[in-house]
Amino acid sequence: MTSKRITQHPVLDIPEGNNVSFTWNGNRLEGREGEMVSSALFANGVQIFGHHHKDNSPQGIFCANGQCSQCLVIADGLPVKSCMTPLREGMKVQSVEGLPKVPEDDNIPTFEDIDSQIKDVDVLIIGGGPAGLSAAIELGQLNIKTLIVDDKDRLGGKLVLQTHKFFGSVEDSHAGTRGFEIGHILEKKLAQLPSVEVWLETTAVGVFSDKVVGVVRENIKDENSGNKAYSKYIKIRPQKTLVATGAREKMLPFPGNTLPGVYGAGAFQTLVNRDLVKSSERVLIVGGGNVGIIAGYHAIQAGIEVVAVIEGLPEVGGYKVHADKLERLGVPIYTRHTVLSANGKDAVESVTIAQLDDKWKAIKGTEKTFKVDTVLIAVGLSPVNEFYLKAKEWGMDVYSAGDAQEIAEASAAMFTGKIEGIRIAKALGIYEGGIPDEWTEKAAVLKSKPGVPLSEEALSALRSYCCDKKKDSEGGSNDALDGRSVENGVMPVFHCTQEIPCNPCTSVCEEGIIKTQDDKITGLPYLTDITKCKGCMNCVAICPGLAATLVDYRKDGENPTVTLPYELWRDTVEKGQVITITDVKGNLLGDYPVERVVANKKKFPGTLLVQVKMGKDVAKKAIGIKFQKSPIESLDVPDTSALPDEAVICRCERVTAGEIRSAIRNGVRDVNQLKGINRTGMGSCGSKTCRTMVLAIFRDEGVDLKEVTERTDRPLFVEVPFGTLAGMKG
Amino acid sequence: MAKNYDAIIIGAGSVGLPAAMSLGALGVKTAVIDKMPSAGQGENKHAIGGIRATHSDPGKIIACIRSIEIFSTWKETYGDDIEWLTGGYMFPVYREKEENLLKSFLPIQRKYGLNIDYVSPDVISEIAPGINRDGLLGGTFSPNDGSASPMNSAAAFFKRAKETGNVDFYFKESVKGIKATHASNSGLRADGSSSANNDSNNFVVETDKDTYNTPILIDAAGPFSRQLGEMVTVDSKPANLDIPVFPDSHEGGVTEPVEPFFKTMLVDLRPAQGSKNYYFYQNAHGHIIFCITPDPPILGFDKRETSLFLPQVASRMLNLMPRLKNIRVRRVWRGLYPMTPDGSPILSWNKDIKGLLHATGMCGQGYMLGPGLGEIISRMVTDQLTESDKIVTDEFSLYRSFGGEEALK
Repeated sequence: MTSKRITQHPVLDIPEGNNVSFTWNGNRLEGREGEMVSSALFANGVQIFGHHHKDNSPQGIFCANGQCSQCLVIADGLPVKSCMTPLREGMKVQSVEGLPKVPEDDNIPTFEDIDSQIKDVDVLIIGGGPAGLSAAIELGQLNIKTLIVDDKDRLGGKLVLQTHKFFGSVEDSHAGTRGFEIGHILEKKLAQLPSVEVWLETTAVGVFSDKVVGVVRENIKDENSGNKAYSKYIKIRPQKTLVATGAREKMLPFPGNTLPGVYGAGAFQTLVNRDLVKSSERVLIVGGGNVGIIAGYHAIQAGIEVVAVIEGLPEVGGYKVHADKLERLGVPIYTRHTVLSANGKDAVESVTIAQLDDKWKAIKGTEKTFKVDTVLIAVGLSPVNEFYLKAKEWGMDVYSAGDAQEIAEASAAMFTGKIEGIRIAKALGIYEGGIPDEWTEKAAVLKSKPGVPLSEEALSALRSYCCDKKKDSEGGSNDALDGRSVENGVMPVFHCTQEIPCNPCTSVCEEGIIKTQDDKITGLPYLTDITKCKGCMNCVAICPGLAATLVDYRKDGENPTVTLPYELWRDTVEKGQVITITDVKGNLLGDYPVERVVANKKKFPGTLLVQVKMGKDVAKKAIGIKFQKSPIESLDVPDTSALPDEAVICRCERVTAGEIRSAIRNGVRDVNQLKGINRTGMGSCGSKTCRTMVLAIFRDEGVDLKEVTERTDRPLFVEVPFGTLAGMKG
Repeated sequence: MAKNYDAIIIGAGSVGLPAAMSLGALGVKTAVIDKMPSAGQGENKHAIGGIRATHSDPGKIIACIRSIEIFSTWKETYGDDIEWLTGGYMFPVYREKEENLLKSFLPIQRKYGLNIDYVSPDVISEIAPGINRDGLLGGTFSPNDGSASPMNSAAAFFKRAKETGNVDFYFKESVKGIKATHASNSGLRADGSSSANNDSNNFVVETDKDTYNTPILIDAAGPFSRQLGEMVTVDSKPANLDIPVFPDSHEGGVTEPVEPFFKTMLVDLRPAQGSKNYYFYQNAHGHIIFCITPDPPILGFDKRETSLFLPQVASRMLNLMPRLKNIRVRRVWRGLYPMTPDGSPILSWNKDIKGLLHATGMCGQGYMLGPGLGEIISRMVTDQLTESDKIVTDEFSLYRSFGGEEALK
C-alpha cells in the first residue's frame, strides 16, 4: 500500500518517529509508534474500519476525537476506538465486522477497592485546551491545588491542530502566533506552577449525584500491574469543577452522510495537522464558517486539492480575510449552495451539490457532481456541555469556560478560562480582588461575530475620517489609513475590510505608526504617518489574515517592489520562478517572477515574504499568490442522488430521517419515546451526533420545539470496560 | 366541559398500558392520564427487561405465565418487534443456603405450570459460557422465561391500546384531585366491583389541565400510589386512604453490544457487602443489561445516579462471569421499585370506595406482571373473573396482612 504521510509541510515540522510494524486484518503494515491507530490506518490508505452490525454499512472515522465510537477496530482482540488508541509494535488490528466477539478469557481477576482511593482536589479542570490551560495557570499562580485532566496524550486541545496565526491581540491572546505554538507557550507556563497536577490520557467519563467525577486514566504502570500498562478508574471529589471540554462538530443530514470519507473538518485537522497524515487526495468542504475555511487552507497546506467550500447562507460566516486567502489560492467558495448527497459504494467517490433558492430548497438543474474522496462537514459546533449540565443538576459548584461555555474563537476561550479560573479562586476564598473589567470586555470582544465587510465607498469614508481625526489632533496632512494615493516611499497596504477582533499589526510596527480605528481591537488598521514607514515588513509577516502587503517605490517608482505573505511550500516560490498574482478576491493581476524570498523563521515561523516587482497600477491591489491553477470541473453525470429521507440521522443505530419523520407524523413529541420506536439516540455516542439533527426534523415537520421533550442524559458519557470499573489490576 | 369515560387509569406505565390495551379490547371506553410526556416514561423504562414466571407464589406465577404468552407471541400477533428473547432464567448456586431455598420452591412452581429444573454445573456452563465453575453446585433453570425491551413494549402496547379505538391518552397532565361521590343507585355490586356498562359518574378526576368523570378509577401510579391515595375525597371529605407503597431505588446499566454468547438471565442470590442479589443478561441486540439490589435499600424517590453502583456491580459480575471484563459499559440509570411491606403486588378493589381499583406496588416486577395483570384488570372491570384470576386477586388483596416476605422479589 502507498504511504499517505505528509512528508513536507510549509508550517509544521515533520517529526522523526519510530516506525513499528502492525497487522491489519492479517496484512503487515508500518506505522509510527504511539500514533493513533486510526491515523496509522489512514497513512496506509485504509479508511474503512469495519461494517455495521445492523445493515453492513461501511464504517470509518467521524469525530477523530474519542467521542463517537464510529472508528471502532479490534486491537489485540479487544474493541477499541482507533482514534484514541496508540499504536504499538506488533499490534494485531482487525476490522469490526458486525458485532465484536467477546474473548473467552475466563481468568478470574483480582480487584483494587476503588472507593477507598477517592482523590480529593480543590479544583478539577476537565480539558487541557486553551480555556482549561488558561484557567489552570491562574489557579496555579495562586497556588491552588488543581488537577487538570485531558483525554489526549498532550496538552493544548484543539490548539494542537491550528497551524494558522491567531487573531486577537499580541499581549492578550498571542495574536499572530500559530495555534499549536500558543499551546506550547501555555504548557510551559503551567509547568512552572507546582500546585497544578496534569493527568494526560485521562478521560472524564461521568459525573454522579454523590458529587464524584469518574475518570479513566490510561497507560498506568505500577507494581500492581507488574509494570504492564493498564487503565485505571479513579473517582475524583473536587470542591470546584471547571468544564473546559470544548466543542463537538455538528453533522448534516444528507444521503450518504455516513460513508467513510464524510467527516468533520475538525477530525480532518486532527489527521492532517496533528498526525501529519494525508487523509485525502481531494475534498469538498460544506460550511463557510471559520472552521470550514481554515480546513480548506489546511488542506492546501497538506497538499490536498480543495474542490470548493460551499455555504448555504448568502455570505460566508467566517472571517473575510480567511475566506479571501482561500479564494486567492484558487479555491472557489459557493454561497447559497448545499450538499445533496455523498455518493459511493463503500466510501465516498463523489459529491453532489446544488444551488439553493430563497426557501432553502435545492434548485432543479443546478446540481453538480464532483469526484472527491472526502467531504468535510463544517456546519457549526455544539458545546460539549453534558458534564456541566449534569454537575449543575447534582448541585455541584461547577463552572464552564471556552467552547463548553459558548462557541467562539480559541482566543476568547483563553480569556473565559482566565476569568473562570479567577472566579473559582474567589469562590474558594483564596483570591480577594475582582475580575478585571477589561478581561470581561476583551472576552466579549473576542467572541464577537465579524462585522459586515466594508464596500470601497465605506472604506474611503473611513480613510477620510481617520485623516480628519489625525488632522484635528496633530494638524498633519498626511494620507492616512494606508496611503492609497501615495506613490512614493514605502508603506504597507491593508486588505482588511471587515471588523474582527484582531490587532497584532499595531504591536509589531517598529515605528508605532499602525493603529486601529478608535484604538479598538475590532477597528480596521490605518497609518498615522505614512512617511515614517521604514519597510520592516513585520506587519506583513504577522497578519493572521495574510491581508497586508508592503509596497516599496524607493528603488523604482514605476515598478515598485511588492512583498506578499505566503504560507505554502518554499519550492513553489523560488527566486526567478513565475507566480500568478491576484487581488483580494482572487482575480488575476498577471504573472511575475519572484525577485526574492524573505523568511524570519524564528520570529515569524511558517510565513514566507515573497517579493515581486509590479507595475504601479496594480502594485497596491496585489495580495494573493494563486496556487490551484484551474478550477476543478464537475463530472458530467445525471443527478442520481437519493431522497433526503435516506439520510442517516442516528449513525450508531442507523436510523434514517424518514423513520424519524414518520414517527413524528404519528404524534411523537418526546425524544425519549423515539428510542422505543426506532432506537434513535441509543448508541454508543449517547446522541452526541444526532441530537441537533433530530430536533431539526421536528422543526421541519412544523412542530414547535417547546412541545418537544428532550432526551434524558445519563452517565456514562464515554464507554468504559467492566474490568476497569471494577478496579481490575493490570 | 368534563370528559366522560367508562374507566380512567392513572399511570401509562408497566401496568397502566397493558390494562388500557385489555380494557380497550373489551370495548371499555378508557382514558389514561400520565404526568410524563409519553408512554412508559415513568419507571417502566427503567426496568431491565427480564420476564420470568419463576416466582415462589401462585399469583405471580399465574400472571407471569400469561405475560410470557403475550410477550413471546407479540411480534407474530401484532407485528411490532418488542425484542422478545426466550433465554430462560438461571439461578446459579454456590452455597447450600441458596440451593435449599431454590429447591424448596420447585413443587409449587411446577404445580402452577412453571417449566423449571434444578440443573448441573455442566448444563449451567453450556447455557452461560464462561461462568465461574469454582464452587458452582448447580442451579435452577426455567427455559421459557425471557426478556424483551420495556421501551419497545411500551410503544407497542400504547399503539395497540389506541388501535382498539376505545382508549384516549392524556400526557403531561398531573392529577390534582380525585373526588368520589357515593351513588347508592349506581348499580354497584355488593362485593365492591362495578360494571363498565354503568353510566353513572362516581369519580371526578381533576388534573392541572382538565376534568374527567368515570365510575371506575384504576390506580396504576406505581411509586406514586400513596400520594394518589391521599388525594381521594369521598363526598368532599378526605378518604384517609393509606396505600402501602413505598419506593426504593435500584440502579441498572447497559453495555455496548457484543456478539451474542448467552441469553439467559443470570441471577446471583448471594449477598455481599453493600448489596444483595444482582442479575444480568444479554438482550436481543447483544447488549449486556444488569442491575443490583442495594443493601440496605435506598428508600425514597431519589433516582439520581451514584458513583457507587458501577464498581460494586462490576466486580461482582466479573467474579461470576470473568469474560465480561472487556465489555464496555455504556450507560447507567436508577429506577424506583414501588415496594409493598411484604414484597407482593396489590391488585384489589377498594372495599370502602366503590369503583376504585388498585393495581400498584409491583415491587419492581411491573413490567413482567403487566400484560398478565392487565387482562385480569379488564376482567375485574367487566366482571368476568376466572377461577385462576381469583387466585391472583386473593393473593394480591389490599386487605391481606402484609406480614410475610416474598422470597424471590
